[in-house]
Amino acid sequence: MSSVDNIPNLLRDKYPEEVQAIFAKYPIKRSAVMPLLYLAQREAGYITKESMAEIATLLELDTTEVAAIVGFYSMYHDEKAGKYRIQVCTDISCALRGADKFLEHLCQNIGIKVGETTPDGLVTIEEVKCLAGCDKAPMFQLQDGDQVSYHENMTVDKTMELVEALKKANLEVKE
Amino acid sequence: MTHILFRHRDIPDIKNIAVYQQHAGFAALKKAVTSLQPKQIVDEVKASGLRGRGGAGFPTGVKWSFLPDTIWPHYVVCNADESEPGTFKDREIMESNPYQFLEGVAIACFAVGASEGYIYLRGEFYPIARHLDACIAEMEKAGYLGDNLFGTQVSIRIKTHLGAGAYICGEETALLESIEGKRGQPRLRPPFPAVVGLYGKPTVINNVETLSNLPYIVEHGAAGYRQFGSEKSPGTKIFSLSGNVNKPGNYELPLGTTFRELIFTHGGGISDGHSLRAIMPAGASSSIIRVDEETFDKVMDTPMDYENVQNVGSLLGSASVIVIDDTHTMDWVINKTIEFFKHESCGKCTPCRDGNYWMLQLTERIHAGHASAGDVKLLDSVAAQMYGKCLCALGDFSTMAVRTAIERFPEDFEKKVKA
Ligand SMILES: Cc1cc2nc3c(=O)[nH]c(=O)nc-3n(C[C@H](O)[C@H](O)[C@H](O)COP(=O)(O)O)c2cc1C
Ligand code: FES
Repeated sequence: MSSVDNIPNLLRDKYPEEVQAIFAKYPIKRSAVMPLLYLAQREAGYITKESMAEIATLLELDTTEVAAIVGFYSMYHDEKAGKYRIQVCTDISCALRGADKFLEHLCQNIGIKVGETTPDGLVTIEEVKCLAGCDKAPMFQLQDGDQVSYHENMTVDKTMELVEALKKANLEVKE
Repeated sequence: MTHILFRHRDIPDIKNIAVYQQHAGFAALKKAVTSLQPKQIVDEVKASGLRGRGGAGFPTGVKWSFLPDTIWPHYVVCNADESEPGTFKDREIMESNPYQFLEGVAIACFAVGASEGYIYLRGEFYPIARHLDACIAEMEKAGYLGDNLFGTQVSIRIKTHLGAGAYICGEETALLESIEGKRGQPRLRPPFPAVVGLYGKPTVINNVETLSNLPYIVEHGAAGYRQFGSEKSPGTKIFSLSGNVNKPGNYELPLGTTFRELIFTHGGGISDGHSLRAIMPAGASSSIIRVDEETFDKVMDTPMDYENVQNVGSLLGSASVIVIDDTHTMDWVINKTIEFFKHESCGKCTPCRDGNYWMLQLTERIHAGHASAGDVKLLDSVAAQMYGKCLCALGDFSTMAVRTAIERFPEDFEKKVKA
């Protein structure tokens, strides 16, 4: 069995049209790496070794080159964490408007520290740099696979309501 | 004043293509493609005095004229990375007035003979990218993008590309590397992107706000554009106001508007009855302006344009005005900015990578009150040694706040160090 046969065809099998559209967008193959990585992250919530290998094969790159790109960009994750990542900005403008306190109180309420995940695997809290929402602090982005949404002018109460809503939505999906 | 860029504030539904069309939408693109030569547009933009809104203020028309007409294809790349702490203007343009922005990208493509334009958005702008994709599809359907525009031979296509969380990708050559599927690390210059840019071809890179000015300039001419702003800094500018003010937000005002008008008239003054202590007019990369009883009027009456902000010891940059009140000290401020730069240094140049590591150690120690006066001197000297030694400006940017904080707010550091 050649090594190529070991490479999974997950992205190509599951998202054939999207993979094709991504390739059509650029004059060279390699440019497809970032959108393909997002696709892989949508699939598993993080970028697995298998999908890195698949992307490397698709682009005729070394897996280590793909891994280096994953490591360079902070929105790509190579480890499993919560389904949702609450990424609170504590950069200068937000910090001037109380973002550090907000993050501290949020952690206390959810019962985990920055970088940790709730025991049900739903939410990870992270601290991030400026998100271009500086006038609406406290604010955070919610990352879910390849998707991102902004939540601005937040309070701890509003955030707890959001977490509850996410919990409910996930239970319904599972049932 | 009516808005040139933030027209959605006058016409709320302008993000619908039909509403945009009703308000002269795409008239400039049509005029350009059907009745003007590319060179005429380059000349008009030169005459308008439009300067790049991404930070450096370089004259846009001049930049375009550097593209050699012996090497093809040409590319237009729009910088929508918007990652400088304190900057949130491009986001509002793209979210609320997307067609004017896209029309601007298309006009730039026509002016430099590019049939393809890429918009590089920071990864966090995922919903905005999807929204722009939908707008691009609408424009293709209506014949404003694609082949044979307005019955001519001209083809223009626009594509979005998402980054994935890296401030350095706002630096234009790192951005090109990123589109090419590599790690976002700056390139050695020369050659400049105008000659060897995206995929090795001549490339124009402009900021979102810069390009969004183009429909107005093509429609009203250089003279029309020059009604606003000053001789050397014409036009309006979006000021992103954040920090300790009552009404933070974006304000589109003529270049040359004073700090006083922005902070006190529009921003409603300093929050919670505190007083103004410092201003960072160009985000985290700023030299910090000290405001005290002695300097208050001089700073407040300074016109915010590319020349005058230098008179109070700083730069306009991307006009991300961060306001700091008297409950904050500069040891805390620079600890925050260095946390940012340490995190964002791409690691390619040793002075920036190692310098930011050491500056973080030192600013943390100073802020925590564990440092000596010698540590403050050491911090200043690390910053001084980094300056001018890196491939791109990130290394320099990281030193600006540090050095000016130590020089202009000595009392904050004297209070912090151990005797
Ligand atoms: C570290 C660094 C980050 C930058 N970030 C941005 C950015 O987020 N957006 C932007 O338009 N320009 C940014 N720039 C400036 C760009 O390199 C480039 O000068 C600009 O996009 C040119 O467009 P303009 O002439 O229209 O201003 C950055 C520069 C550096 C050195
Ligand atoms: S500083 Fe938090 S979004 Fe800009």
